[in-house]
Amino acid sequence: MTQAQSKTTLSRRKFLQDSARTATGVAACGLGLVALVEQSKSLPANALRPPGALAEGAFQSACVRCGLCVRACPYDTLKLAELGAGPAAGTPYFLARQVPCEMCEDIPCVKACPTGALMHSLTDIDKAKMGVAVLVSRETCLNFLGLRCDVCYRDCPLIDKAITLEERHNKRTGRHAIMEPTVHADQCTGCGKCERSCVLEEAAIKVLPVALATGKLGEHYRLGWEEKKKQGGPLVPDLIELPKRLPGTQP
Amino acid sequence: MIASRIPGREAARLYGWWRAYRFLLLRRAAQLGFLGLFLTGPLFGVWIAKGTLASSVTFDVLPLTDPFILLQSLAARHLPEATALIGAAIVLGAYLLLGGRTYCSWVCPINPVTDLAAYLRRRFDLDKGWSMKPATRWWLLALVLVVSAATGTIAWELVNPITAFWRAAVFGAGLGVVGVIAIFAFDLFAVRHGWCGHICPVGAFYGLVGRVTLLRVSAPGRARCDDCLDCFSVCPEMHVIAPALRGERTGRGPVIASGDCTVCGRCIDVCPERVFTLTHRFDDRLDPAPPEAEPVARASHQDSKRLNPDTRPLEV
Repeated sequence: MTQAQSKTTLSRRKFLQDSARTATGVAACGLGLVALVEQSKSLPANALRPPGALAEGAFQSACVRCGLCVRACPYDTLKLAELGAGPAAGTPYFLARQVPCEMCEDIPCVKACPTGALMHSLTDIDKAKMGVAVLVSRETCLNFLGLRCDVCYRDCPLIDKAITLEERHNKRTGRHAIMEPTVHADQCTGCGKCERSCVLEEAAIKVLPVALATGKLGEHYRLGWEEKKKQGGPLVPDLIELPKRLPGTQP
Repeated sequence: MIASRIPGREAARLYGWWRAYRFLLLRRAAQLGFLGLFLTGPLFGVWIAKGTLASSVTFDVLPLTDPFILLQSLAARHLPEATALIGAAIVLGAYLLLGGRTYCSWVCPINPVTDLAAYLRRRFDLDKGWSMKPATRWWLLALVLVVSAATGTIAWELVNPITAFWRAAVFGAGLGVVGVIAIFAFDLFAVRHGWCGHICPVGAFYGLVGRVTLLRVSAPGRARCDDCLDCFSVCPEMHVIAPALRGERTGRGPVIASGDCTVCGRCIDVCPERVFTLTHRFDDRLDPAPPEAEPVARASHQDSKRLNPDTRPLEV
């Protein structure tokens, strides 16, 4: 009897011990894996995903790291991330300053993607959003210094749409114009040609991830003129329309 | 210390070198061959298979996708394009016919590495090391799917040494080899058959397929077994052999039913009694009982290796 009892106790003890050991081991592995996964979600700001890529979070639920987009890229723009290179190991990316996207009209990288990590709904490369170019350095951009470099503007595949030159007075000389390269985020595909072609030692214009380069209005913000259009008239009734008194005009 | 008995040597003496090593050589050829299909492109510009073991296209028409990776993607709530779904279905279908963990022993590039570690362990008679729970890989398989679902990522692909190696080989991402070296050291010094037999969730997944797959190893000649233990010592999943080989006592059929069996065929190679064969799951045939005179005729090569005369089959 005593022996039988002690046997039971021992096996229960062993069962609890084993269960605890397994649970601890699994939990430790799980935490490690989660930490690794979360860390891999932080894409460096200079690493751009191929055209049509899902947003970074969703991208990692879809990309199987097969490299078929890299194989399809005719310009060797895309490469697979090395372990520790920044983007999650094995995922495709490119660095605009090294080799920008040439914006192939048939978008072979998207077609090659077997999983839809690169969205097959992207059929017009001009609608791609690999990032957004931002003129990050107004102090060093040659155009801002008053020269007519214009290289980023000239190299832009969507010249006069994604980048325009906006004229303003050069206060330093008092008699010249400054032609500001100005990016229009709604048009920019983030191909990176401007960043690649910037003649400076360190590019004054850089392509940043959309999330970094884009602001967001508060959900509750309403644009008065849009609302007015929707309503088909002034939002506040019985407003008096005052005469516009602009310089050089007679009321 | 060097191990005294080398598995396969007896079979080689009896039936010739090719018969005793053919599955091993065929497997090495297959493993190199699969890698070769992906390497002709980058090396010689002749594109046969593009991509990696995660997903590939052969001759620009045949899509193949690893079903376990696809499963993680689904767990992460991404519905892949048809190409990946079809590719995974083809691969899954193939392994449902061709043995499940045949992926492990005929395709996976980690297999030669862990095989080498196991060989060195046998050769230098290293003790079996820290013994991990065999269920570890099932826990890890479940864990990978849970982490994939919780984080919305294909979690194991951050770790998977198989695809990391493949990328390293085919795309030249050199650091992918580090994991392979770590696994070799782990298998050699820490746990016998540690990675493939206890940890790898990819192998565990194909092991599930192996539970219902058609292609199996069977032991129709189990009555001839003389307990030399050669098959056990070369088998990477040695627990799968006994139920079939010793099935006579428990009333089980000769087919190795366990999904853990990698169908590597090494037991077929090394058996001096030609007990094993490659067949399908439903082939329960046993070899006809040997004529009475035969055991005497074969006694010469049996005497030297019999380890436990008590376990000799009754009719011998």
